[in-house]
Amino acid sequence: MTPGNPFPTSHPERIHRAPKVGDITFLILLLLATIAVVALMVALVVVLLYQSRLAITTLGFSYLTGRVWGPETNVYGILPALIGTLITSAIALLIAIPLGLGAAIFLTQHAPTWLRAPVGQLIELLAAIPSIIYGFWGLIVLVPLERTVVEPKLITYLGWTGLFNSTPIGLDILTASLVLSVMAIPTVTAVSRDSLAAVPRSQKEAAIAIGATDWEVTRRAVIPYARSGIIAGSVLGLGRALGETMAVLLVIGNRPIIPSSLLSSGTTIAALIANELTEAFQPLEAPALFEAGLILLSIALAINVGARLILSRLQAGQGAAAE
Amino acid sequence: MALVNESAKMEVQDLNAFYGPSRAIQDINLQFADRKVTAIIGPSGCGKSTLIRCLNRLHETAPHAHAEGSVFLDGEDLYRMDPTAVRRRVGMVFQKPNPFATMSIYNNVSAPLRFNTRPSREKMDQAVLRALKQAALWDEVKDRVDAAATSLSGGQQQRLCIARALAGNPEVLLMDEPCSALDPIATSKIEELIAQLKAEYTVIIVTHNMQQAARVSDFTAFMYLGKLIEFGPTEDLFERPKEKLTESYITGRFG
Amino acid sequence: MKFDLAGRRKIFSHGMTVLSGLAIVVIMVPLVAVVYEVFLLGAPVINGAFFTQQIPYPCTPEPGITCHQGGVLVPLEGSLVLIGLSSLLAVPIGIGAAIFAVEYGGERRSARLIGMVADVLSGVPSIVAGAFALSLFIIYDPTQAFSYLDASIALAVLMVPIVTRTCEEALRTVPHSVREAALALGISRWKMTVRITFVSALPGVITGILLAIARSAGEAAPLLLTLGQGCAHPLQGITAEGCALPLWIFYGATNPYQNWYNLAWGCALLLLGLILILSVLSRFTLDWMARRMRGE
Ligand SMILES: Nc1ncnc2c1ncn2[C@@H]1O[C@H](COP(=O)(O)OP(=O)(O)OP(=O)(O)O)[C@@H](O)[C@H]1O
Ligand SMILES: [Mg+2]
Repeated sequence: MTPGNPFPTSHPERIHRAPKVGDITFLILLLLATIAVVALMVALVVVLLYQSRLAITTLGFSYLTGRVWGPETNVYGILPALIGTLITSAIALLIAIPLGLGAAIFLTQHAPTWLRAPVGQLIELLAAIPSIIYGFWGLIVLVPLERTVVEPKLITYLGWTGLFNSTPIGLDILTASLVLSVMAIPTVTAVSRDSLAAVPRSQKEAAIAIGATDWEVTRRAVIPYARSGIIAGSVLGLGRALGETMAVLLVIGNRPIIPSSLLSSGTTIAALIANELTEAFQPLEAPALFEAGLILLSIALAINVGARLILSRLQAGQGAAAE
Repeated sequence: MALVNESAKMEVQDLNAFYGPSRAIQDINLQFADRKVTAIIGPSGCGKSTLIRCLNRLHETAPHAHAEGSVFLDGEDLYRMDPTAVRRRVGMVFQKPNPFATMSIYNNVSAPLRFNTRPSREKMDQAVLRALKQAALWDEVKDRVDAAATSLSGGQQQRLCIARALAGNPEVLLMDEPCSALDPIATSKIEELIAQLKAEYTVIIVTHNMQQAARVSDFTAFMYLGKLIEFGPTEDLFERPKEKLTESYITGRFG
Repeated sequence: MKFDLAGRRKIFSHGMTVLSGLAIVVIMVPLVAVVYEVFLLGAPVINGAFFTQQIPYPCTPEPGITCHQGGVLVPLEGSLVLIGLSSLLAVPIGIGAAIFAVEYGGERRSARLIGMVADVLSGVPSIVAGAFALSLFIIYDPTQAFSYLDASIALAVLMVPIVTRTCEEALRTVPHSVREAALALGISRWKMTVRITFVSALPGVITGILLAIARSAGEAAPLLLTLGQGCAHPLQGITAEGCALPLWIFYGATNPYQNWYNLAWGCALLLLGLILILSVLSRFTLDWMARRMRGE
């Protein structure tokens, strides 16, 4: 750089042609990935439909209403597994909602600030533990405990309800529901916590100003405002419980019968598939199991879409409120 | 509005720019003199940013935005050229300094070279040195060109962005309120810089500060509600405005 | 009377606070119980042999018989193979779709469609993913129906939505000014996206990949349908039947052999450790992302 001319070079060779090839190649790659994601969604349904075509055409409606699942006699009814799925998930949710909502309320309304993040992380950890470990633990710790301690007591004191009149074996609907509730709790807690935390201060202050107690503020101002988030969290938790396999497989007893009480063995759709698909030697057995998978997929997706709709409406509402 | 006694580097003809259905600038006709500084002034929201973002085709990258009309660079219509090619010839400095936070000072300045022309290391070093000196930043960063760009102060970051724009060797430099986030000392540094840059570049600067426009520019355009109200040599516009609106704006009797 | 009512309201309110705190305690019980059990039963088998030896012959100690402990080298290798293969499948697809949605979709419907599809996919039960992958191979090439390849496809189905979603969110946090800065320099769109926007979002993307791996590494259900029975022999390639840590836990839990059972607890501890490390790492990268977006 000569001192006389501070800016010696002036517009050297310039590239007017932009490299379009790179842009186009890149866009094609992105499109391929995008198509793959969407195609995956479609393929899941189509492939399962194709695999179960034999069962659908041969068994028709009797598959949905059949009360017996017996590959030996070539009879396939999904009802036992479907009922098992619904009952275990429902009970799991009955346990998970109060606990999860309670925890979310404590974390957002009462807990000292320093406690919130670590406890939140512990609950996330609860969600991160693989379900096979819950199942293993359930089988080794919970099942004996149920069999020897909890269930005899339930039979003695609550046998009259009709819900608990079986021999206590531990491998049953009740134990499966308990394990499932552990798996649903983190989802319920996390989504509820987020929606409770999103309640504007002004909502709470309005209630405080008229002399409400802490609980009344929560009950009258906070929960109603966060209602749809709490519902969405519960629905997502339900989705988690419905689709769970390993934790259930190890503790439910795996008998494809309609359970007569909470202490009877049973199965769920997921457990049924896991248990039988690789050993499905009867001609209709594999198609019937794939149809079960299709049903499970439909239920899970319907639930998931429902929850997402609630959440997105919630977000849209909050967006509008913020403007 | 045509220039007298000057050759036009850029020319805007019947330019309209839209955000969705709403029109932000309306029927703009304007010429920018070669190697001169043109200031664009006007009240907030009158479309200054929109106008200069049309000059490097950045406007159309905003969601739902499009422009109609023509902008010529050396007689060639921008809207018939490749947008990346346009942006390599028309550099831009933004209101808020926006260095690439993930890159070092050196890598920020060399970004247009590394990503566009990929010269040899030696040439790149020279270009970076030249750009940093042009932006009057070299003395402050020469010992730490490998430090993170975000470790610089706001004023330094803005000069870094100027250096980055210059490293790409543009012919025109657009500046959208380059000093509005800066303190008076940093501002005066950048003003000095602009005075030097016009030896080599056509500079178009948006500013809110009328003293600044008067100090740095050769020509001034005054915009109001999306329209170009008046354009002329800076001295004339500030001392003998032809339009009532211009007069009341520059004398501060406005609104 | 009025005072009394106010007093009762206050006591009730305190009661509810205590109850909600109690909920936390109750939730922590299974966490503590599971982690305790896994440590108690898993720690004793973790030693050098655990990591280096093959699965032993099944055996339960009786008077006069001592069992060989053996190790879980094959399940461990198998899990690593599965993590690698499934990431290889899922990560490019997830990242590509996310980039398309954020950088090219703009505000358009198509952009939101991808997010929605990812959300819906995230609700697919893992056993269904397994049944799907199994079907693909039954249709395409039944001889490979039980293989690492098949199992990786099942796991990839579960990973794709996680990678897509987190990557999308990370890209959306990159300020628009960064993209404008790059565009204004005349940098071509794909280079800007890959080398500036994506690099800015990289910590967030890594978080997503780690989360997806953490999720899939612990999955056993799809493996039950797709991986076959490859625990007894050393690794034979990705088209052969295989083994993995979560699958071994299942075998150990459902077979009556003491040494297999012990190894299963070891696997549980190993898996728990792996997932803990992954989630700590992902927290790390998330902070890194936040710092990057604050421009530190
Ligand atoms: N991204 C956008 N989407 C929709 N409308 C916009 C957008 N950006 C600007 N506008 C509108 O276009 C008009 C012109 O805006 P512009 O930013 O060009 O004004 P300006 O003169 O630069 O103002 P300022 O001095 O405040 O920077 C304004 O009415 C503004 O509301
Ligand atoms: Mg502006």
